[in-house]
Amino acid sequence: MRHPRKIFGGFDRKLMREAAILSLKKLNPQRQWRNPVMFVVWIGSLFCTVQAVQGWIQSSGTYFLPFLSLWLWATVFFANFAESLAEGRGQAQAAALRATRSGTRAKKVEALEYSKKWTLVNAEQLRKDDLVLVEAGDVIPTDGEAVAGVATIDESAITGESAPVIRESGGDRSAVTGGTRVLSDWLVIQVVANPGETFLDRMIGMVEGANRKKTPNEVALSILLSSLTIIFLVVTATLFPLSTFSAERIGVTSTVPIAFLVALLVCLIPTTIGALLSCIGIAGMGRLLEARVIATSGRAVEAAGDVDVLLLDKTGTITYGNRFASNFIPMPGVTRKHLAEVSFKASLADDTPEGRSILALVRKELPTIFLRNEHLCKSIPFSANTRMSGMDVPQSEMEESMQLRKGSVSAIKVWCENQGASIPPELESEAAQIASKGSTPLAVSENGDVLGLIELKDVVKEGIQKRFQELRRMGIRTIMITGDNPRTAAAIAAEAGVDDYMAEATPEAKLARIREEQGKGHLVAMTGDGTNDAPALAQADVALAMNSGTQAAKEAGNMVDLDSDPTKLIEIVTIGKQLLMTRGSLTTFSVANDVSKYFAILPAAFVGIFPQLQVLNVMRLSSPESAILSAVVFNALIIIALVPLAIRGVSFRAESAATLLRRNILLYGVGGFVTPFLGIKIIDMAFAAWGGF
Amino acid sequence: MDSRPIFELVLYLLLLLCLAIPAGLWIQKIITPRKETSWGDWKIYAKSLIIFHAVGVLFLYALLRLQGLLPLNPQGVTGLSPDLAFNTAISFVTNTNWQAYSGEASISYLAQMVGLAVQNFLSAAVGIAVAFALMRAFTRQGDGLIGNFYEDIRNVVLRILLPVSVIAALALIYWGVPQSFSPAVSVQGIQGQAQLLPLGPVASQEAIKMLGTNGGGFFNANSAHPFENPTPASNLLQMLLIFLIPAGLTFAFGRVVKDKRQGIALFLSMAILFSIAALLLFHFEGVAQIWEGKETRFGLWDSSLFATITTSASCGAVNAMHSSLSAFGGMIPLLLMQLGEVVFGGTGSGFYGMILFVLLAVFLAGLMVGRTPEYLGKKIGPYEMKMVAVAILVTPLLVLIGTAIAVCVPLATGAVLNPGPHGLTEILYAFSSAANNNGSAFAGLSANNPFYNIALGLCMWFGRFGVILPVLAIAGSFASKKRAPESAGTLPTHGPLFILFLCLIVILVGALTYFPALALSPIAEALSESHFMGGF
Repeated sequence: MRHPRKIFGGFDRKLMREAAILSLKKLNPQRQWRNPVMFVVWIGSLFCTVQAVQGWIQSSGTYFLPFLSLWLWATVFFANFAESLAEGRGQAQAAALRATRSGTRAKKVEALEYSKKWTLVNAEQLRKDDLVLVEAGDVIPTDGEAVAGVATIDESAITGESAPVIRESGGDRSAVTGGTRVLSDWLVIQVVANPGETFLDRMIGMVEGANRKKTPNEVALSILLSSLTIIFLVVTATLFPLSTFSAERIGVTSTVPIAFLVALLVCLIPTTIGALLSCIGIAGMGRLLEARVIATSGRAVEAAGDVDVLLLDKTGTITYGNRFASNFIPMPGVTRKHLAEVSFKASLADDTPEGRSILALVRKELPTIFLRNEHLCKSIPFSANTRMSGMDVPQSEMEESMQLRKGSVSAIKVWCENQGASIPPELESEAAQIASKGSTPLAVSENGDVLGLIELKDVVKEGIQKRFQELRRMGIRTIMITGDNPRTAAAIAAEAGVDDYMAEATPEAKLARIREEQGKGHLVAMTGDGTNDAPALAQADVALAMNSGTQAAKEAGNMVDLDSDPTKLIEIVTIGKQLLMTRGSLTTFSVANDVSKYFAILPAAFVGIFPQLQVLNVMRLSSPESAILSAVVFNALIIIALVPLAIRGVSFRAESAATLLRRNILLYGVGGFVTPFLGIKIIDMAFAAWGGF
Repeated sequence: MDSRPIFELVLYLLLLLCLAIPAGLWIQKIITPRKETSWGDWKIYAKSLIIFHAVGVLFLYALLRLQGLLPLNPQGVTGLSPDLAFNTAISFVTNTNWQAYSGEASISYLAQMVGLAVQNFLSAAVGIAVAFALMRAFTRQGDGLIGNFYEDIRNVVLRILLPVSVIAALALIYWGVPQSFSPAVSVQGIQGQAQLLPLGPVASQEAIKMLGTNGGGFFNANSAHPFENPTPASNLLQMLLIFLIPAGLTFAFGRVVKDKRQGIALFLSMAILFSIAALLLFHFEGVAQIWEGKETRFGLWDSSLFATITTSASCGAVNAMHSSLSAFGGMIPLLLMQLGEVVFGGTGSGFYGMILFVLLAVFLAGLMVGRTPEYLGKKIGPYEMKMVAVAILVTPLLVLIGTAIAVCVPLATGAVLNPGPHGLTEILYAFSSAANNNGSAFAGLSANNPFYNIALGLCMWFGRFGVILPVLAIAGSFASKKRAPESAGTLPTHGPLFILFLCLIVILVGALTYFPALALSPIAEALSESHFMGGF
């Protein structure tokens, strides 16, 4: 489902035609007013058109004024076109998403169980907290949380991933997204969003540009552009009295035609960046969507560019998702079989992949294992807070009552000590040995006695080290977060090459760490999927929630990764930086352009008053009219020429700020200075060859 | 080009460095006092500053109007006209020292000493105080406090301006500058004619005139007058005094923000722009070889160097008439003022003016490296950008709109003495000088008429506060933000690349704003002269 990037050449005709029509509609002054730079051009175009019409009525006109008006209108049109094109791309992406939902019917139910007593309603009528039954073949009508049942779901409509995923009530895999399809079994889901507020709605809003609020950086840049516009407005407006005065003093009657001054004004104000500014922003959101990430605000995307601390969960990001139980290490006096049995019982309520891998390992070693009196046993589910899971087995005719626990070594130690039992001295050394291999030891206890350890193997992802090096070059510090003990954490941190790590991290510790980093002035990004991540996600400046995660995590985050790939954070940082770089580079380009325009227009405008100023005509443009038109035409064409760059974004490499600055100043500063000299000269030569002016 | 002026320029910069570095060390101690109990936020600071100015202007206005009735008036001068008093009061309170009057002919000794000389100290101190407030803002971690205005004024006057002025005044007296309450002396000249030699408390005012980048001369001829500037040594001292505090502030800044490289970068940016301007002026004057309007005691080179220094800094004292520079040559002082008086600039005002350009440069460069722009760990948001825009916009608007109005008013155009494009240069120069608080005059413009007195008075007032208030607002905003730590992703603001970028931004903003107006005035004039080709 991933599309290759399509820029310009890749746009289909329909998109281009729609953008062109929309651009004409945007010529409405009420809409144009929102962009002050282009509004000035709009007024200028109108003025020149009126003058041109007057000229033709009095039949004193030349080709000059109509031609000038035409190209001034073209400047406005091109700016609108750039914006419409970016919007159109977003709309096309959004439309595909929206199509999945149209006409969905929902089976509204009252109880938290499978029943046939549902009423059929339209998806649009569902409100928050309604209960809906979905069965095999149904499309999930809206975002929700599974509250009963288990089902496999095809989420390819949203994520593009064709492998089905399991959604079940409780735990961290309960969130379902509207527009996805149930493949087998059933779920009762509780609706979490009113119509218009679902992720899909927000995503559509963002890419269409409708709900797009200007980000702080965009506002700051707009202020700069507006003040440049004001300066140049005054520069050109005062030029009329100044030149008239100059002419009087040397006894010349010639004045500068106002159309020349309008042309000068349009060439000087930052039309290039003014025209492309909103296009860049919308295209940035589009690029994010191409990376299969939904942001809830443009602000979050920009903040991503500023992030300098990255909190990454070890599991799934730095190491391959699941650690696998690979060995049992019994304490002296304990049989391996007994340790395995207790491990099995203590892990039954542990729904994490690690817990399941322990069950799998036990089943491999003891294929006949089963649990007596299951209905009487009380499961202690795994929680990130206690970092333990276990089972309380009541007294029966065959067994004593038992409290079985399994969890991180330190948690078990505390638990055992609280039970008044002594800790075997071998525990520490064995655990340290496992940890030094980069594996994770889990301790197993029965009634407070430590029976032994389970070794969980952890494998660091290939290539992750190189990514961290890149991040370091960009000035971003990575901190690995793990529930592991410090030794294990250190071994893996060293292998992966992160800058820092946080071992035995509880949700509270994570939150505290984020606050601490922010207190030092850092901007922190993190990923998370579990409900217990939600407070930390809400605190982080950039919070990427996994689409596979819980609804709470998604609500707390400001971005959702549809692919549920935590390393995506690195791509988001790149997109955020690119967004700012594109704006900065095009602004520099736009301002650097102005120098050449002075040299083109001023000698032409003042030729009647001070012929000696022809020395400034360094481009040797053929005639005053041709010089002015060439500058205006260049000014309009450069907008359309830069649309692909605005949509694609300037290229970004993981380099230090100094290197980036040097490259961009050379490319867009020096380039922006030189290009128009060449461009204007070439256009002038074309005019001269045509002979119109 | 002759190698002598280049040698002089290098020597001057070296001497300046020797004085400015210790000055920076001293100033830094005053910026960061041990006690912060009396500090307030930017609004309190700005309020004190506004009250201080209102009182200053009213007092000086009254003094100038009433000087005829007051003591210490041996020449028996009368009170100034309302518009001239308005202009002069604003001029001295805003550190501009535009002089539409002739000092020896129309100001009493009392008004010189209690009015003008006092404002020479206070207006300089205000600029430095605002610079202090801005520097402190970079070190605050979110409490928003930037200092206490009155304490700053007191410390700057008592611990910086007065001690240096006393030493400098003594040196000037030694070289022959008068310091006397006697009326003018009548003597017989060499050729037998009767001559009136004006006297007065000159040396004491001369020192602060330079040190405080005021520039308002005791005499009409300013530092071209032998009683203000008698010898090459006094000339060198005066030139060094002008840049002493503006250059010292850059080094003090580096120490205050605990990163000396930042201060050095600012000094280098200013030194580069200054050297370019000086070399250009040497070149144009060397080619033109015009001696009319220049003191033969100083010659082409010292006059050119002085002209560059006095307009780089917003001093405005002159030792040669700028109108008499060659056409391209005259454009250099004009452009230096139009750049916003940020090439060393006025005491304090040069520093905060340059910081505005730094913020602009950091904004563009910051975006280009893909980060929300920040300077020394302070993020530049829409609010700061708005204030930077106001501060950078206000002077060009005053200059251009003022000039445009002037060319339409007969009273204004009638005051222009020279024909052709040179006349427009005179008006443009007057407005550039006033709005940027420089105060030097181009000569050739009879500026003492109600139009210029009022128009230029307004330009000086708004040119001063239109920058100071946004700067204080920026300081307040920075002070209430946490300082973000540096990383490899942070834009370095001390390297050669950024220094160059900053210089280009300063030149580009100035050039783009004024190029059309300059094309009609000095450029058109230069290109019409037969020798212009030699100028290039």
